[in-house]
Amino acid sequence: MQLRVDKVGLSYGGRQVLSEVSFGLEPGEHALLLGPSGSGKSSLLNIVCGLQTPDSGTVTLGEQAMSGQADALRKRHMGIIFQTLRLVSALTVRANLLLAQKLQIGSTDEKLVDQTLDRLGIAHRAKARPFELSQGEAQRAAIARAVAVKPDILIADEPTSALDHANTQSVARLLIESAHEVGASLLIATHDDRLKDHFARTIVLKDGTLAQGPVAA
Amino acid sequence: MISLALAYLRDRPLTTALNVLLLAIAVAMLVLLLQFGNQANDRFERDARGVDLVVGAKGSPLQLILSSVFHVDQPTGNIPLSSLDLLRRDPAVGRAVPLALGDNFDGYRIVGTDDSFAKLYDARIATGRTFDAPLEAVLGAKIASDTEATLGQKFVGNHGFAEEEGAEQGHDHAPFETVGILEPTGTVVDRLILTSYETVWDVHGIEHDHGEEHGEHKHEHDEDEDHSVQDTSQTGAPAILQASGDGLEPELTALLVTYRNAAGAIRIPAMVNRQTQLQSAIPATETARLLELMGASLDGIRIFAWLLAVTGGLAIFVALLNMARSREGDLALLRVMGASRIQVCATVIMEGVITAALGAIIGWLAAHTLITLARSNFPALADMGLQAWQLMPAEAGLILAVLAIGALAALIPAVRVYNIDPARTLARA
Repeated sequence: MQLRVDKVGLSYGGRQVLSEVSFGLEPGEHALLLGPSGSGKSSLLNIVCGLQTPDSGTVTLGEQAMSGQADALRKRHMGIIFQTLRLVSALTVRANLLLAQKLQIGSTDEKLVDQTLDRLGIAHRAKARPFELSQGEAQRAAIARAVAVKPDILIADEPTSALDHANTQSVARLLIESAHEVGASLLIATHDDRLKDHFARTIVLKDGTLAQGPVAA
Repeated sequence: MISLALAYLRDRPLTTALNVLLLAIAVAMLVLLLQFGNQANDRFERDARGVDLVVGAKGSPLQLILSSVFHVDQPTGNIPLSSLDLLRRDPAVGRAVPLALGDNFDGYRIVGTDDSFAKLYDARIATGRTFDAPLEAVLGAKIASDTEATLGQKFVGNHGFAEEEGAEQGHDHAPFETVGILEPTGTVVDRLILTSYETVWDVHGIEHDHGEEHGEHKHEHDEDEDHSVQDTSQTGAPAILQASGDGLEPELTALLVTYRNAAGAIRIPAMVNRQTQLQSAIPATETARLLELMGASLDGIRIFAWLLAVTGGLAIFVALLNMARSREGDLALLRVMGASRIQVCATVIMEGVITAALGAIIGWLAAHTLITLARSNFPALADMGLQAWQLMPAEAGLILAVLAIGALAALIPAVRVYNIDPARTLARA
């Protein structure tokens, strides 16, 4: 499913956070949204996910504009991985995946859940609660939650910020493999340029504008 | 969402348990009050049905009602036999039922009366026949089932009203014979042993005229242990009691009066109270007074129980408000995953309602279990006819009220959750 961001602008209290940002993501395409802290990455991701409304510009998913139907489009088409809010604290890892399926696709698929946990190497932690997981395990579980809903677009915000080099590379590979396996597009927002090597395309954001326009690595 | 609400409740077991406990105690107290209050009231109404006035010896009117209608207290004294004729002759009196009390068998009261008593309570013979000759007795349904009594069986009454009270004053000289068993009536009659009032005099060695009901003989009784009893099982005839009732006149304990018309209600009590030895007591008035006396202390307990329920609600409120603060991230994540504001809000309301429901169910079960235990440990309660698992519509109302407390307690935290902005929460996280 194609994602189009067209001339998106956003300001907070007179400060321009995003200005005329435009880019597209083709079905199955993987891209890195790279920028330093404060560059507007998280605001842009919130707008892409429909959690925030831009002051100007539009976001389109397939043929449908996010405006006015953001919740429904996000629910049906997106799997989102956040930097810190990964799982519902009161539920086990497995229950988190089942809940995500129930909320996003309306039914549960236990087989898919088990397969996803297995593929991401955390099947042995299926009954663990989030606070019992290591950083790496928690990130894998969050990826599993996002993938288990069979999204058209997988979006991750700073997925490797708290990880060491080995885990960073591992998580990047897992995200790419997972997106590939479910046939989803992948958009990762990060300040960590160690991930650049994994992506054919990098979108660089600086001070709320695309630094060089969409670039291919 | 229900399973999520349950998961959150399990996530903080101590807080949940405390809140459930508070509500359970409150509900248990309220159910106990409801059960005791309603069952006592029902019992009073059932047992006093058809009795407009009780005539007895001067003393406490409440005591007279308790002893003569509900059979739970000592009588105020005796009244002359002539009072029965006095009342029965009065055109405003529809029915005057004589009562001669004083003995028990195994804790069950033996009531000396005539066939008008069974008519008053619409008590019908299930097996056998009604009492006719001296020392013949008819058992109430509950006594028959409790003692597994059969027709022809004999038993000895003891002096007094409690099982232990007259254990050493058994009327061995005058064993009763069971000639009939009554159908269950749901009234005090089920727990009474009926015999003729002349038999009560006979057992106590009181001289009287047998001419009217028991043949044309008159005899005297001894009050000492020198009673001789002719075994009726061998002779097939009523025992002839050899006793002398020196100085003792045949008397009655009380009369249960039903008016023939409304005029009786005005004239009869005044007429009775003018007699130096008699007093009248109106069951409806005395029962209302008793309930009022009980009500004052019950109201105090009821207010305390409701305060406890409100405290439980406040505890739920505080727990959910803290939860709403500490779980903002979780709830924002749920919103991102597609949960609507209403769904997230409903999760919080459900936590409040589930806590309240657990408290209500546990409290309700505890109350009825306590009544069961009380019934088996305190025979007086069983004798009062207290039922352990008699369900009342008001209990459903009570449980609904407690659920409403749970929902209300969750309302403000739920509104707070409703207003969570996922983007802002995610930005803060």
